[in-house]
Amino acid sequence: MKIVSMKEAISKNVHDGDTIAIEGFTAFICSAAAHEIIRQGRCDLTLCRMTPDLVYDQMIAAGCAKKLVFSYAGNPGVGPLHCIRRAVEKAQPCPLEIEEYSHYGMICRYVAGSSGLPFYPLHSYLGSDLPRVNPKIRFVQNPYGKDRISVVPPLNPDVTIIHAQRADSNGNTQLWGFLGVQKEAAFAAKHVIVVVEEIVDEAVIRSDPNLTVIPQLIVDAVVLQPHGAHPSYVQGYYDRDNQFYLEWDRISRDQEKVKEWLDEWIYGIEDWGDYLNKIEKREPSIWERLAPGENLSQPLNYGLYASGEVNND
Amino acid sequence: MTDYTPSEFMIASSSRALAGERIVFVGVGLPNIACNLAKRTVSPELELVYESGVFGARPERLPLSIGDPTLVSGAKSVCSSADLFSLYLQAGRIEVAFLGAAQIDRFGNLNTTVIGDYNKPKVRLPGSGGACEIAIHAQKIFMIARLTKRTFVEKLDFCTSPGYLSGRKGERAELGIPGSGPQLVVTDMAIFGFDPESNEMVLNFLRPGVSVEEVRDKISWPIKVARNIQDSDPPTAEELRLIREELDPDRIYSK
Repeated sequence: MKIVSMKEAISKNVHDGDTIAIEGFTAFICSAAAHEIIRQGRCDLTLCRMTPDLVYDQMIAAGCAKKLVFSYAGNPGVGPLHCIRRAVEKAQPCPLEIEEYSHYGMICRYVAGSSGLPFYPLHSYLGSDLPRVNPKIRFVQNPYGKDRISVVPPLNPDVTIIHAQRADSNGNTQLWGFLGVQKEAAFAAKHVIVVVEEIVDEAVIRSDPNLTVIPQLIVDAVVLQPHGAHPSYVQGYYDRDNQFYLEWDRISRDQEKVKEWLDEWIYGIEDWGDYLNKIEKREPSIWERLAPGENLSQPLNYGLYASGEVNND
Repeated sequence: MTDYTPSEFMIASSSRALAGERIVFVGVGLPNIACNLAKRTVSPELELVYESGVFGARPERLPLSIGDPTLVSGAKSVCSSADLFSLYLQAGRIEVAFLGAAQIDRFGNLNTTVIGDYNKPKVRLPGSGGACEIAIHAQKIFMIARLTKRTFVEKLDFCTSPGYLSGRKGERAELGIPGSGPQLVVTDMAIFGFDPESNEMVLNFLRPGVSVEEVRDKISWPIKVARNIQDSDPPTAEELRLIREELDPDRIYSK
């Protein structure tokens, strides 16, 4: 039984100076965890994520991070991430070290980290300036041929945080839709927090084990937090709140407005429950607006293979 | 003749270039509309692959981002990012991919990283995303960009994704780059190809009503002009109907 509150999950597992990965490829983005890290005042973090998105923009604006490891820093479908831009271009509110890769480079770092390898080869970076500005991207001789191939080092976060549809109380976590790099990022981490829309019985998990992306084996904490990925999408549960993505584009252009927003929506409230109360008060029908229609998969037969039940006569 | 916007010209021209293609790597925005238009017109068998891990997508709406669940619902296959980039892209299974950039040079090299010095950037751009390996592994690269001097530059501030590099023949192959490189640049005023000898961008088609001089004014280097330069066919009434009624009814990208 690993179910804890978000407060406890963060205070126990996330420490100043840690390397953190909140993963999810432009979907399943766990704002609830990011906000709690900001609220608890964590600092000097190294933030890793392929697509930093609004959550890292907010964490960087709040001064949580000393370094960003990433491959695409944009507000997806909207424009730039203004807080990250200010940090990189003007060192505001504080300087931010960056270490950047291509998407596949980031993926391969997690793959190496999750499978215990000292590096991982990928056929990329040829002719690109990226290796020139990131000395961790290197080229080695192919031992079986004459060509050279790029390699990246493992990435082993202290903590990986994943948002998913459901888990059981031990942390067997099922995810459907975009799988992203969550499995690799979780297996690469020393500690894993899973945040879910629903807690289900172990029997539900066992009824469709192919859906289990993250097993209890690697999970430290399970947090039940419905709507915890707002304003991002959770497949089958809610749509992206695009109004907020557009609103953030306006707020984030001005550090003062960002401060006011952080005060109102993170520092000035207790937890994600308060956050949801606030957005529901502002827009009572928000979840109806964001509810997707129903589109059920066909049930499938895993089969029963119990001993003694098969008649061989 | 039907009126159309420069964006609609870009969408229709990109869509037609997909005739005969089977597997396209799609980005959000104009390429997404162009690929979905091609599927309804010149290339019904086209399979859409999205970077977020989808093969055979059938989006019911314009995706808000590359992670929009509309790309998953009804798709033929969904996979992890590791599988998408290794089994589909790195293994050479993508025939065409669309790329855009903040800066493009005459050899089709692309910058999506930084304007100014990397360590003291004037403008920090989003970065590579998958573009670097897409430029290396997709069999062909089509580019979409608006024609401006700021974008079509003499020299990139940073090369994120390789085109024909210095332009020297065979340079891509010598480096071990498998994809054949940029083939097409679709802009709001003209369409460009690449000269097979010099690997340099060549002005092939003009949007009807645009002159060569107007195009020259928007490019920072002396652009080569094809001897048989022609006016491009404007979007057809059917293409415009599909764009306006089905693919981008809110006119987010095609206005």
